Amino acid sequence: MAEAIRKGPRARDLKAMPGFKTVAWLCIIALYLPLAVLVIFSFNDNRSVVRWTEFSFRWYEAALSNDGIRNATWVSVKIAFVATVVATAAATMAALATTRTASFRGQGLAYGIINQPLMIPEIVTAIATLSLFALIKTATGVTGIGYLMAAHTAFCIPFAFMPIRARLEDMTLVLEQAGADLYATPWQTFRHITLPLLMPGIVAGAMLAFVVSLDDVIITLMVAGPGETTLPIYILGAIRRGITPEINAVSTILVGVSVLLVVLLFFVQRRMEK
Amino acid sequence: MTETSLSAAHREAQARATRTRYGLLAPALIIILAISILPLGITVVYSFLEPGTYGGVVWNFSTDAYVQFLFERDIFDDTLTFDPAYLSIFMRSIGLAFGAMIGTLILGFPTAYFIATKPRNQRNFWLFLITLPFWTNLLIRTYAMLLIIRDEGFVNISLMKLRLIDSPISILYTDTAVFIGLIYSYLPFMVLPLYASLEKLDFRLVEAGYDLYASRWKVLRHVIAPLAKPGIIAGCILVFIPGLGAYITPELLGGGKSLMIGNMIAIQFGSSRNWPFGSAAALILMMLVIIVLLIYAASAGRGRRTHG
Repeated sequence: MAEAIRKGPRARDLKAMPGFKTVAWLCIIALYLPLAVLVIFSFNDNRSVVRWTEFSFRWYEAALSNDGIRNATWVSVKIAFVATVVATAAATMAALATTRTASFRGQGLAYGIINQPLMIPEIVTAIATLSLFALIKTATGVTGIGYLMAAHTAFCIPFAFMPIRARLEDMTLVLEQAGADLYATPWQTFRHITLPLLMPGIVAGAMLAFVVSLDDVIITLMVAGPGETTLPIYILGAIRRGITPEINAVSTILVGVSVLLVVLLFFVQRRMEK
Repeated sequence: MTETSLSAAHREAQARATRTRYGLLAPALIIILAISILPLGITVVYSFLEPGTYGGVVWNFSTDAYVQFLFERDIFDDTLTFDPAYLSIFMRSIGLAFGAMIGTLILGFPTAYFIATKPRNQRNFWLFLITLPFWTNLLIRTYAMLLIIRDEGFVNISLMKLRLIDSPISILYTDTAVFIGLIYSYLPFMVLPLYASLEKLDFRLVEAGYDLYASRWKVLRHVIAPLAKPGIIAGCILVFIPGLGAYITPELLGGGKSLMIGNMIAIQFGSSRNWPFGSAAALILMMLVIIVLLIYAASAGRGRRTHG
């Protein structure tokens, strides 16, 4: 209501700042222009990444039949899946422990530890994790993709934790108390009341974790052993070798997956607010 | 009697709740302690060791990694001479990150203000437009930036077609390209906290300013900016810290010529095979970040006290 009343010509004048609208539009255009050029030229039937000739799926066909790209995609999905499942489960448990009670001693410390991967530069985490894994590898001789999965799980936890904790903080305790009054065991209360209500938060957390794992470059680059090439690492290598329209096609697919997940997330959160 | 047994039962229940709480917290805390915090300890240890010939470390105590940061040891007579090479990489990184911070503030403030003054039901959409690129892969966004600022890229070709320039403007593989790339990468980090502050802005105060014959600039400078200060500070921190540790942007747009701290650290663990020096450089970077965060915490604490 107040909004409607203030909307007179004078009010608009009050809020307006000369040039701000232009800058805002320029920023939005600048944010999307490079991605738009990348996406458009991935459909170009030409080696050139500048001159448009004809629409074609040629580079997508090339990318999809490229063994390197297919292997890298499979490695990426495997790692992202394991990291998402473990990180989301751990984050859900941690969020349940820190939100549904009065504040307790060590709560700040627990938050600090969970958010730690977000606090320090990724390159530092990357070389530190490499050092630890190198020690373990020389001590045990065990190698494999498990190291990358472990590293991804660690930095996915804070991302999964954020929306789950936010959801729990918005939920009232009334329904759980009603369940307990009706002689439900704590497990029954959790299974039939808390978990269904919490589900949108868990889905949002899992989606964030998946996107973050799928997109990671620096930690993967440092920790990955021979043959453990994820899709972003493959793309980085290809860019270093020289720009080809095939990279544009793979990049467009990866951007498409992230955008799809984030748009879905946006709708999940909209539903949560209702 | 009953009272003591009641309180005993109460204590028992509380102890059970505490056990459940720690049980639930355990997996997340153990994973992060083991895979993210313990390695930092190892990095501290590594920074005081000697480099192995083929990477890794040799377990001999040495402070060479820290000495090497500022001095060059002569291979013949072991004398130390001041060598600003690494220090200059650090200074360049701080300069670029600071520049990106100012750049994103200049661009982000009007953008956040524009969104915050939109009708309430449209704001989420505009915010979504700003955050969407942030969720797409940073590597791919940087690559897309490389595609359009190359000599034969979209921007140069368009400007030449419009006959605004005769020959392409070469900026790829310079500090300018890295600077543009950092601004492009971190603009959303600036806009979001600024928006959070500006959205709560009470425009009656702006009106009061105009009623007292203040110019637009004066209102912006003395009314809006102070009220948006928490958002400005948070945005600056959120841009400066990742900017300082940037790896992908200088790697692709600086092309090995315009190095930043992140690349220098990575090189030590790659081709240079000097893990102790890389560890020391990473710890110095982390110290810089912690100092910035402490300054932020101090200023945020002071702000809370003065505004009650």
